[in-house]
Amino acid sequence: MWQFIVRRLLYSIVTLLILSATIFVIVRLTGDPVSLLAEAGARPEDLERIHRQWGLDRSWPVQYVSFLQNIVTGELGKSFNYRLPVSELYFQRLPNSLTLGLVATLISILVGVPAGIISAVKVNTWWDTLAKGVALLGLSIPGFWLGLVLILVFSVWLRWLPTSGAGDWRHVVMPSLALGWYFAASMLRLTRSSMLEVLGSEYIKLARLKGLPDVVVIAMHAFKNALIPVFTLAGVNMVVMVNAAVIIEVIFAWPGIGRLLYEGIFNRDFPLVQGVVVMAGFMIVGINLIVDILYAFIDPRIRLTR
Amino acid sequence: MTTYADSPHGAERPSARTTHADSPHGAERPSARTTIATHGPLGPGRAATGVRAVIGAARDAPLVPVAILGGLMLVAILADLIAPHDPTLPVKGANVFDPPFWMEGGRTTTLLGTDFQGRDVLSRLIHGTRVSLIVGLMGTLVAGGIGTAMGILSGYVGRWVDQVIMRVTDAWLALPALVFAIFLATMVGPSMWNIVFVLGAVYWTRYARVIRGEVLTLREREFVKLAEIAGASKLRVIKRHILPNVMNTATVLASLTIGVVIIAEASLSFLGVGVPPPQPAWGLMLAEARPTLMAGQWWLTVFPGLCILLIVLATQLFGDWLRVRLDPQLRNL
Repeated sequence: MWQFIVRRLLYSIVTLLILSATIFVIVRLTGDPVSLLAEAGARPEDLERIHRQWGLDRSWPVQYVSFLQNIVTGELGKSFNYRLPVSELYFQRLPNSLTLGLVATLISILVGVPAGIISAVKVNTWWDTLAKGVALLGLSIPGFWLGLVLILVFSVWLRWLPTSGAGDWRHVVMPSLALGWYFAASMLRLTRSSMLEVLGSEYIKLARLKGLPDVVVIAMHAFKNALIPVFTLAGVNMVVMVNAAVIIEVIFAWPGIGRLLYEGIFNRDFPLVQGVVVMAGFMIVGINLIVDILYAFIDPRIRLTR
Repeated sequence: MTTYADSPHGAERPSARTTHADSPHGAERPSARTTIATHGPLGPGRAATGVRAVIGAARDAPLVPVAILGGLMLVAILADLIAPHDPTLPVKGANVFDPPFWMEGGRTTTLLGTDFQGRDVLSRLIHGTRVSLIVGLMGTLVAGGIGTAMGILSGYVGRWVDQVIMRVTDAWLALPALVFAIFLATMVGPSMWNIVFVLGAVYWTRYARVIRGEVLTLREREFVKLAEIAGASKLRVIKRHILPNVMNTATVLASLTIGVVIIAEASLSFLGVGVPPPQPAWGLMLAEARPTLMAGQWWLTVFPGLCILLIVLATQLFGDWLRVRLDPQLRNL
């Protein structure tokens, strides 16, 4: 088991190294960051000074090592626009993104799981067709457009909900719906296929042969096993939602990290963009590591295979 | 937004997949041992080819998605002919924010109304089809090309090549696709062709994983082993024996990726790092409609979104059909 954990941990570190190297190289390949940092018409000696100030006059490997050192110590550089450490800005915004991600995850579970179960239990009936249709729409309707339509209906026409900003619960409803929509569809699909798999297995057949009523078979036997992958996905999805809600946060003026990234892009605030992207990578590699280790605990076979 | 294959499931799945006993190419003819090295498994008895295959496929293709996709392609190709107005210039005689024709104040020269510059919404939608389809198809082609090549290299050559490619794949998959795309798009600057390459660079990793898994099992199959024993070069084995056998999977993945890429393009354009104005792209139209959303000019928001929905829905339906037809084992992907 320890061997497995160590190996996974090493893999994750390698992944993070490649990830940070990718970001590092792309930033430098696409031109001199200084020309974006400095104001137009800056004198050559000023550029030179900025170069030195940011350590850009050193060779790439040296720069990369100090870049890594900074990441390890939690220092993501200083935002050019805000004149504040990126980490400070980031952790200021993170709670908002977590709230949004959590509510969106709850919505995706509340919609996706029951619908998936019904669809699997009543497979090939019109319930199933309906659920599959919903799943298809979930994957086809762009979340950000759904957000715009929600604003149109609930804010402009019905005047029930505020269009943007953060505050009480009413501000959370529309962004989390728009964000959770796609994930509800993917939860539905996974729940359905996972349930179908379990329902077709031997021990369920045995439970049925024993004469247990359907409700007991589904609720007590099938449900538990079928939902392990589903809730894992929910956890992973939540981390993804926290990091990938850029458009939704922009549309609803939600002060989370997605909006921070957007502001960074528009202000050409490189350290900020780089920092947010690196953090997203770290979080997702982290959750994947946790999931892998948890699975190895649950299922000993996994420890041996990889 | 449909980009979260980053989860630990699905990604790892290929290794769990069993061998391809029912793959339509190759595999099924191990008895033709003398012809294997020279003709490859695609020798004589191959299933219907050419015209007959096309007719056969057309006969049981799903009518609705094919009709929608075909129609949209026609619209894209003939955009200059069908669009009633220039998509980038205000319509003469029309006001800004004219509503669709059936509403009060609407006119029949601008059927779906006009936007904030007095440009014809319908004409912009028609030309936007072109952008969406080009980016969707080309982006998928780039992603599929890189991913398939990398997957085959990784799976067939193995050893350190495999390690390098797979570690890069892991690393790139760790970034949420849209965040990565926004990051790249910011770096290369807004243009339609840049977006094609950005999306290709973001989405190839998904192919690489799946194709590699496929190649790992193919590599152990008899017809590949026999070809190697018969002295076929690595390149030849890849070209004649591996590639034809992963094409089905690659095609299915491609059909399901197009919709994802189209939504990603719309998202990038919406955020202002995609297709630059005044080019008519659906995502851009949505962005331009946003400031006046509160004023109730719903047609500027509803129609472009419906277009995206329509095209993605059609590609999803088509992809689902293709998946069932070409690769029963991908059903749960």
